[in-house]
Amino acid sequence: MIEAIDLWKSFGDNHVLRGVSLRVAPGTTYVVLGGSGSGKTVLLKHVIGLLKPDRGSVRVGDAEISALEGRALTEARRSFGMVFQGAALFDSMTVLENVAFPLREKRRDVRLDEVRRRVVEKLAVVDLGEEVLDRYPAELSGGMRKRVALARALVSDPRVVLYDEPTTGLDPLTTDSVDQMIMAAKQRLGITSMVISHDVASAFKVADRLAVLYDGRLAAEGTPAQVRASTDPFVQRFLSTWFAKQ
Amino acid sequence: MMPGMRRLAAILEDFGRMIFFGFEAFAWAVRPPFRPELVLAQMAFIGAGSVFIVGVTGIFTGMVLALQMNYALRQFAAEGYVGGSVAFSLARELAPVLTALMVTGRAGSAIATELGTMRVTEQLDAMESMAVSPIQYLVVPRIVAAVTMVPLLTMVFDTLGYLGAWVMGIFVAGIPEGPFLEHTRGFLDPGDLLHGLLKALLFGGVIALISTWRGYAASGGARGVGEGTTRAVVTSSIAILVTDYAVTLVALGGRG
Repeated sequence: MIEAIDLWKSFGDNHVLRGVSLRVAPGTTYVVLGGSGSGKTVLLKHVIGLLKPDRGSVRVGDAEISALEGRALTEARRSFGMVFQGAALFDSMTVLENVAFPLREKRRDVRLDEVRRRVVEKLAVVDLGEEVLDRYPAELSGGMRKRVALARALVSDPRVVLYDEPTTGLDPLTTDSVDQMIMAAKQRLGITSMVISHDVASAFKVADRLAVLYDGRLAAEGTPAQVRASTDPFVQRFLSTWFAKQ
Repeated sequence: MMPGMRRLAAILEDFGRMIFFGFEAFAWAVRPPFRPELVLAQMAFIGAGSVFIVGVTGIFTGMVLALQMNYALRQFAAEGYVGGSVAFSLARELAPVLTALMVTGRAGSAIATELGTMRVTEQLDAMESMAVSPIQYLVVPRIVAAVTMVPLLTMVFDTLGYLGAWVMGIFVAGIPEGPFLEHTRGFLDPGDLLHGLLKALLFGGVIALISTWRGYAASGGARGVGEGTTRAVVTSSIAILVTDYAVTLVALGGRG
């Protein structure tokens, strides 16, 4: 469903990705773990086509995202949703307008009551009620904003959802509820997810497979148990920050 | 490379990217879907929202010009020409330039801040990820609105400025109304008004292009947005004055 083959990317002398390959199977959740500045977000931006690789390719479904430009890229992007780190809700719009945005832009003749119905339906998937519809993002808590962002990503029924650091800066309870939300999206809607995170605890909770990105390469890759058993010194150190507490 | 050269290279690169951005905006502007509701909202913000400040600036500029002209021309017993000379200066020069500077301060800064904030909070990336071009959705309506609204605001400035001059000239300076109006008709021809409106149209484009670009290209959090806004206002103001000079020079065929 999502496949990255030998991705290389540099910004000037800064070699951010140095040969990253990974494959996300349909209907599963794949987590890429890594420290700050490890290139996680750059990797994610390649998957959605916001950045072009210097070498290598990215496929999502049938589309070779890394080779597409202009309108073809725009069309291909319609098949996936993305949840940004800070939620990236449009702050001049209400929750209803935010979640409705992809729908109304996709089909401009779609009826208002139909839009509202689908917005309410997707808010229910992330456990939000109709009372939030007329609120502005500034009036919501951090966790609620993430939920609205996921509802917005889900509203045009994408096959793939990408999450950029979904639990960063959230308290433990809200982190847990965001984890539940990611798992619910997979279970209820059969969505393929790719999560970029540095949160070891939540990565091991939501992942079917995971990878640890270090210095532009995947230091470990596999099921949570396989990654846990990795002998790579960086992976051991990275995971020990959390597993040592257990 | 010397630091000075490097800085110059960076400025030229930024300028080149802005011009490319302008072409991109033009390409998006002529491609469906068209969003008249967004253009109207921007027209309301840039145009209707600026009427007050442009009007006040216009009235006071007209009033002060009338007093100064009266003071100067009275020495030659030519105060009947006050109306004409004020109208001429307003139409060709002061109305478009001052209107554009006011719009820069009020709307240009707001545009750069809004787009800059959207850039650093990833709202522009989010829009792009939802298959909507931020250039088409956000930049094009602002450019179209500025290009149409700055000339209209200039007309407001012209009208209120002349009204201010009329009040001062007739009621304060005691100039007889007959020659005041008569010399205005003799002095000012429609070409002068069109000259000013053409400038206003160009200024609208300059303000919108620079302000949207400074927001669109912002980076580095709140500080980056602040710097972008400052640069938008400073660069737009200078660009307005330079464009004004260039247009005047071309229009007068170098005759000065």
